[in-house]
Amino acid sequence: MSNAALKVASSTSLSRSDCEDFLIHEARLLDEAHFDDWLALFTPEARYWVPSEPNQKSPLDTVSLMYDDRRLLETRVRRLSSPKIYSQEPRSRTSRIVTNATIESTDNGVTKVRSKFVMVEYRREEQRLFAGTYLHDLVVIDSAIRIAFKKIDLVNCDAPMDGLVVPF
Amino acid sequence: MQAYSVDDLSSAVQPARVHRKLYTDPAIFELEMERIFGVAWLYVGHESQVRNPGDYFLTQVGRKAMVVTRDDTGKLRVLHNQCAHRGAMVVASDCGHAKEFQCVYHGWTYHLDGRLKAVPLNHGYPSDFDTKNPRTAMTQVPRVESYRGFIFISQAAEGQSLTDYLGHMATSLDDMVDRAPDGEIEVAGGVFRHAYNANWKLYLENLCDAAHPWFTHRSSIDAAQQQSDDVYSDGTGEIAIRQMRQNGAPYSFWENQVGIWTYANGHSYLGDYHDDKKLTASMEDPLFREYIGILQEKKGKEETDRILKVRRWNSNLYPNVSFMSQYQQLRVIHPISVNRTVVCTYNFRMKGAPEQMFRNTISFANTVNGTGSLVLTDDLEIYNRVGIGLHSEGAEWIEVGRGYHSDVRDEFGGLKGKNSTSEVYIRNMFDAWRGYMLGDKAGSAQTMKESA
Repeated sequence: MSNAALKVASSTSLSRSDCEDFLIHEARLLDEAHFDDWLALFTPEARYWVPSEPNQKSPLDTVSLMYDDRRLLETRVRRLSSPKIYSQEPRSRTSRIVTNATIESTDNGVTKVRSKFVMVEYRREEQRLFAGTYLHDLVVIDSAIRIAFKKIDLVNCDAPMDGLVVPF
Repeated sequence: MQAYSVDDLSSAVQPARVHRKLYTDPAIFELEMERIFGVAWLYVGHESQVRNPGDYFLTQVGRKAMVVTRDDTGKLRVLHNQCAHRGAMVVASDCGHAKEFQCVYHGWTYHLDGRLKAVPLNHGYPSDFDTKNPRTAMTQVPRVESYRGFIFISQAAEGQSLTDYLGHMATSLDDMVDRAPDGEIEVAGGVFRHAYNANWKLYLENLCDAAHPWFTHRSSIDAAQQQSDDVYSDGTGEIAIRQMRQNGAPYSFWENQVGIWTYANGHSYLGDYHDDKKLTASMEDPLFREYIGILQEKKGKEETDRILKVRRWNSNLYPNVSFMSQYQQLRVIHPISVNRTVVCTYNFRMKGAPEQMFRNTISFANTVNGTGSLVLTDDLEIYNRVGIGLHSEGAEWIEVGRGYHSDVRDEFGGLKGKNSTSEVYIRNMFDAWRGYMLGDKAGSAQTMKESA
């Protein structure tokens, strides 16, 4: 595994290339199913959100394909490693491309990064294609980059869909 | 495709077992669309989605595209979304408000009740062309009725009334509405559209199945039981994790303390299995204390006690809707093909209840109905596995005999399981299936039931 993105950040000010390295590292952890390591990237009060509607304003008043506070995210990740997660027998294989990263703003130590992704998921003779926009709120804690908030806007978020088990 | 005689269909549903072709044969699926979905009362939506004249939304009824709307007089109308001229889909937005419906192909324009209003270049049509001729209207569904805000349609011009169709199960719809302090609920908070590669019947067959959570949902039960409650939650995870833990109730509980009731026309409900203070209206929880206080203020103590004593989990109205009256959730089943089903799920806001209760409803929806739920995804996997398994010719018959010899009559004329894990509700749906498919009066066939 590449440790490039785990290198100690020298300050709270993140460059675009710091952010890109981090996003690539995160995508690799997910593709290689290192879900515990992925969870470790999140802050203790992190939230993870996949809206069910385009331009959805809140995860609290409208349903979401996934909306996890830190407690539920831990449960989601723990389930992924259960031998009894039948929806992952056989396991999905995924391949992601993350690109077009831009820093949208930097305020109070929070760097908002917007990027585009494409994810291919293969499971049981079926291949699915997902695409959309990632929005990361990145912070630096103890010299390491951490995710305080991650939002995934899928281009087809309101389409009829088969079950979603692997995180985006 | 194989043509099925009445005898063929009749022999496919036997006491305590059914033939696998009922789930795999496209010819049987076509017959179901015609004889069940083409005739039965079907849920199409809620009046809160069409409050005012001109409000409309689109839906699929079986495989037919339809528009549900309210005309200028306030009457509910359900129209086939199809231009009377060349058949194009007329209304293209999922929901909205309109003064009239206009086909953008040649400009045929319709009143909200489907009658033709105007046609450009109307001199060019044959001499008998008349905008008043029903042939020039968008086709209306002959019967549209609502019960306490829930809109149902039947594509058969005559037949059983909605009241007779609902029977005792109307009490589950009552429960959904009665729980609102202001006596009114509204659709709110978005929609899930989840899908699987198997037959539509499997969905309702799972919703009153008290024997599967312990097994199927094991991964989420374990993960939730191991979760520390000290970790940060904004309220969302707390509700989700409590719900997942409840699924881990032991077999003895599912077997003896839940209850399964069935009624004519294929309907059924499973009793509730929750005892968590944040998932049932408990005085131990401050939010529910506030809610119960409001209910008592508006409805009196006696009526509040009566309402809160009703404890039901899923209520199924055969063939296309299931709802959780206690949790303000509703799911509509859309058969796409013999091997493909889409289910749309809705949440309701109870008027007059504390706003946090609606937020909890949303968290609950994410957990039990979410396309990315930690629970539902294992149900979808089971449907897919059944879909794959049934295409094998190894076993021709599916067993639905659990509890067959021990089901008992209930006081409202239904049949209930002696144990909550009885498959009586599946046999009851196949009774209704026989009724529709063989042309008997719905619900009159008794071959799946032992006389008790």
